[in-house]
Amino acid sequence: MTQKLTRPGPGSGAPDPKRRGDRVFRGFAMGAGILILVILALVAAFLLIQGSPALFADPAKLISQGYGEFLPWVLPYAFGTIWAAILALVLAVPVAVGIALFISHYSPRRLAQPLGYVIDLLAAVPSVVFGLWGSLVLAPAARPLYEWLSANLGFIPLFSGTVSGTGRTIFTAAIVLATMVLPIITSLCREVFLQAPRLHEEAALALGATRWEMVKMAVFPFARPGIIAAVMLGLGRALGETMAVTMVLSGTRNITFQLLTSENPNTIAATIAQNFPEAFGLKTSQLIAAGLVLFLITLVVNMIARWIVSRRAEFSGAN
Amino acid sequence: MTTITHRLGSETLTAGRLPKATIPVAIAASAVLGYALAVLASGTADIGLAVLFAFLLFLVVIEITTRVVEGARQAADRRAGNLIAGAFLLALVPLGSVTFEAVSNGLARFDLAFFTQSMRNVVGEGGGAVHAIYGTLYVTGMATVISVPIGLLTAIYLAEYGVRNRLSKAITFFVDVMTGVPSIVAGLFAYALIGLLLGPGTRSGFEGSIALSVLMIPVVVRSCEELLRLVPNELREAAYALGVPKWLTIVRVVIPTAISGIISGVILAIARVIGETAPLLIAAGFTASLNNNLFANPMMTLPVFVYDSYAHPGTDVQVYWDRAWAGALTLILIVMILNLVGRLIARRFAPKTGR
Repeated sequence: MTQKLTRPGPGSGAPDPKRRGDRVFRGFAMGAGILILVILALVAAFLLIQGSPALFADPAKLISQGYGEFLPWVLPYAFGTIWAAILALVLAVPVAVGIALFISHYSPRRLAQPLGYVIDLLAAVPSVVFGLWGSLVLAPAARPLYEWLSANLGFIPLFSGTVSGTGRTIFTAAIVLATMVLPIITSLCREVFLQAPRLHEEAALALGATRWEMVKMAVFPFARPGIIAAVMLGLGRALGETMAVTMVLSGTRNITFQLLTSENPNTIAATIAQNFPEAFGLKTSQLIAAGLVLFLITLVVNMIARWIVSRRAEFSGAN
Repeated sequence: MTTITHRLGSETLTAGRLPKATIPVAIAASAVLGYALAVLASGTADIGLAVLFAFLLFLVVIEITTRVVEGARQAADRRAGNLIAGAFLLALVPLGSVTFEAVSNGLARFDLAFFTQSMRNVVGEGGGAVHAIYGTLYVTGMATVISVPIGLLTAIYLAEYGVRNRLSKAITFFVDVMTGVPSIVAGLFAYALIGLLLGPGTRSGFEGSIALSVLMIPVVVRSCEELLRLVPNELREAAYALGVPKWLTIVRVVIPTAISGIISGVILAIARVIGETAPLLIAAGFTASLNNNLFANPMMTLPVFVYDSYAHPGTDVQVYWDRAWAGALTLILIVMILNLVGRLIARRFAPKTGR
């Protein structure tokens, strides 16, 4: 009310010069915000413009000058992208939830923050270093494990087939991917676990629940949407991660669920990275169109995740 | 009387609990047994296998003893606790391994030549990454120059002007979505944009900066917005009460209050993008020579140097891989130092949590 009174009335003549600065500054701030929306729209638009020659080209022309007809060409890579990401999540999610719980509810209180930093360090390691480590260190080290899996569990279709001689399989790539998405899932889960209502936790403990029962009854039900969102965000990251797969896999264009052989499905991102430097003309367009497909897949996954997060923020009864 | 109550009391207090020595004894016993089992199973003393066996043995031993002495509920509690602690230790394995391998393999070429020479006319041994280090500094510096004003102004809009209106909600949502844009798509965007403006096939350092900006802007917005919201409202109200216009309040009061946090946020954002490889591979390209012009010709960067050395080795593979590891070590050091500096500055502004 008082603010309204101090403001100059609508009919008070010349605008206050001080307020003009205000309008300009507000305009700049708003412009920057709108620019971000425009950039995101432009990303889609430019990929569409530059990729459209391949999207709408005559299939015969694509076969002669490009990599082949678009949909049959891109589908195996889309499969590889999703398959590798799902494998990575299967490996990463249980560990990430465990780490987040360890930091939020199990470790000594004074250690919680330093331990969080340690996990964040994993996120700080550049992807190209993980790729180097995955192909030169992890792959040879994991080969004995693959041989054991193949010899003893080979009846499961996942582990069937001849074991790759280098160890550079989609399973290795999935382990590297899992390591890379681990810190993202962990940090989000940790945040959600820390927000679990303190009173519920204390009530559970006061009724004689053990620590694990308290976590099951008071923390998990509260944190479930947050965990789902964290997993979706991890999925988005795993879908788009390039270098780990590019450097670990020498992928081919096939659809297979076998984890340990040398015939591995490649991902969209890795295919672009491997072929783009040498591509020209229609091939470039085709790779950009593949990038558009990847962009749309991750966009949908991320939008669902963010929608879950924002919906939860509104209804959370955290106190 | 007294003796009876005394005996009863001591019994109820200690009955049904494992003695304190159980855990260390179980750890020691399962470590020894696990090592023995690993030697028996594989013939050699493989550390990873030994630790795995020891952990499984430890789980079984604790499960059985707790179930017998303390009951099923306590056993479940201890099992969950052990698995959770195990998950944390498991995550340390790749971190330790990456650091160890990068240091031990990278030191071979972590010498003066690596930081003073480029790869121009170098085939086989020798050469260095000075062109890549310069390129990384140029490209990341330019990306920072583009991202920080846009990111900071957007954060100001979100925190000060458009509080909870529809535009700011949309911006917040899409900034979050933008953090999930795959890095290679950002590279393709920059390539497509410059391709439309300057003709297809152009690659330059500036193109790389555009790609990195797409990845960096959302990070800057998020951290700056959070910090601007931490500035106490009393400061703003005091400024308004003195008749200071809103924009001057923001420039002179709000931002200086939050400046240490903003700087640390920007440093962390730089650390986040300085290791990006895929977008630079596409937008900035490869070269073996030093390129000091951001706006023309391909520019090598450190992550691309590592990838290139690894993926396109010459006849003597080891020489190229040594260079790749040395580049990886340099990159890790840069990122770690940036993270450390950022966090040290941020410590002054850390919000207090309940725990």
